[in-house]
Amino acid sequence: MLDHYIDRQTPMANTLSNPIITTRGLRKSYDRKTEILKGIDITIRQGERVALIGSNGCGKSTLLRCLIGLHEVTAGEVTALGETFTGLPAGAQKARLRRQTGFVFQKHCLVRRRSVLSNVIHGMMSEPGRWRAFSQMTAPEPWRHAALEALSWVNLTDKAAARADALSGGQQQRVSIARALVRRPALLIADEPAASLDPVSGNDVMALFARLCADHGITLLFTSHDMAHARSFADRIVALRAGRVLFDKPAATTTDADLDEVFRVEPR
Amino acid sequence: MRYSVSNPADPLPSRWPRLSPLTFALTMAALALVIVSVGQVAPTPGQLIDGGPSMVRLVDRMTPPNLDPAFLARIFWRIIETFQIAIAGAAIGIVLSLPIGWFAARGVGPLGNLGAFLSKAFISFLRTVPDLVWALLFVATVGLGAVAGTMTIVVDTIGFCGRFFAEAIEDSEKEPQEAISAIGGNRLSILFGAILPDVMPSLINTSLFALEKAVRSSVVLGLVGAGGIGQELKAAFDLFQYRNASTIILVIFLIVLGMEWVTDRLRRKVQ
Repeated sequence: MLDHYIDRQTPMANTLSNPIITTRGLRKSYDRKTEILKGIDITIRQGERVALIGSNGCGKSTLLRCLIGLHEVTAGEVTALGETFTGLPAGAQKARLRRQTGFVFQKHCLVRRRSVLSNVIHGMMSEPGRWRAFSQMTAPEPWRHAALEALSWVNLTDKAAARADALSGGQQQRVSIARALVRRPALLIADEPAASLDPVSGNDVMALFARLCADHGITLLFTSHDMAHARSFADRIVALRAGRVLFDKPAATTTDADLDEVFRVEPR
Repeated sequence: MRYSVSNPADPLPSRWPRLSPLTFALTMAALALVIVSVGQVAPTPGQLIDGGPSMVRLVDRMTPPNLDPAFLARIFWRIIETFQIAIAGAAIGIVLSLPIGWFAARGVGPLGNLGAFLSKAFISFLRTVPDLVWALLFVATVGLGAVAGTMTIVVDTIGFCGRFFAEAIEDSEKEPQEAISAIGGNRLSILFGAILPDVMPSLINTSLFALEKAVRSSVVLGLVGAGGIGQELKAAFDLFQYRNASTIILVIFLIVLGMEWVTDRLRRKVQ
């Protein structure tokens, strides 16, 4: 049972060559009046850790959701993990895309009344026989072992049997990371994963992300308001401003002036 | 002690909420409806006084309750049948209410908004027709006895649970559902993985209320021939056996009281 996804494991991609995500002229509007994304062209390569930064409402979260087909693209084209689509990915495409992607939300989005182990097993819901991922009681043995292993990566094996809502905010976010990683995806997308945590927990979670992605050869794309996180844990920073890419450069060469420009308030 | 106002020019908000002309007119119309209804169909003090002696005579003929062992044994088996009608009807109704409630949940169900609307309309139809009317229909179709009673309770339970299950599913936490969707789960995965664990206490609560309601309903269904202890009650009144009737009324009271006590305790455990 475990083979079909263990086979998908890729060794750490130290050759940052293959594009894993490419967007061309990506546009998104929720209604006719307001366009959130106004033509985004970005390329993310395998093994990269990319931070997407920008002020509230600039389109970061919308972009993340468009990349994996959670939201419909209004215009333009997305190629993610070998699947090219406009609008929404087709059913089979979407399934393949989701199977290779882990998603971590700002709020951990755990099912509160289920055990920690069950929540991690939910990460298997795009696998064949998905109904067995409803709970740890119905899951096949290899999935239970895989979930416990994922919990060991985030140091929470001792909490496997606890109810999710009995954990602290930082611990719950770590469970959601384990859930995202249990299938060992090729791409991990995290939408402000540290925003709801205190500074120390937030830093721990980001460090954990960076380490696990490096250990397992996973490409990481995350949004953040915290410039220290973007500079410390990303190889590259892509800044959005009013739905457009303001700059796209290595984190090491990003200056304070660049960052000031991202959050500069437009005179009214 | 004097309280100072930061800006004396700022007026205090009105003590009473301001009603719009439409709200005022509707309130007055509702009040008028209540007054007219009470005037036309509520008992007058004179009628109450005139009915008093009849009531005293009836109570006199009902006491003492009949405690003859043979009669109590017959009542016991009728009670068992009543419970069976209530439990079987409620259980089948609760199970059927789960998919129907899911279909009726707007924005969550698999049938889209039109399907949700039609499912809700179906549930409303089941709920608005009174249980005694359903019992008459089922007695006419499957004949006198407990089966008609069970079918009535099934329909009544779907009308009750279907609505509350749909509302609970609609109000369930959206974030875990989005997470499971992002993982690649389908609607069924979202239902079983995120929605049901979240709404389970609410579903259990509603189911316990449905069971309580089913017991109350099942004791009167016999009045129209749908089985249970109600049939004995009707026979007692029809044959002027008022002592038998008082025994049955006391037994019904004890059953309903016991059921409420049990479901109250179970509900408290679920919280």
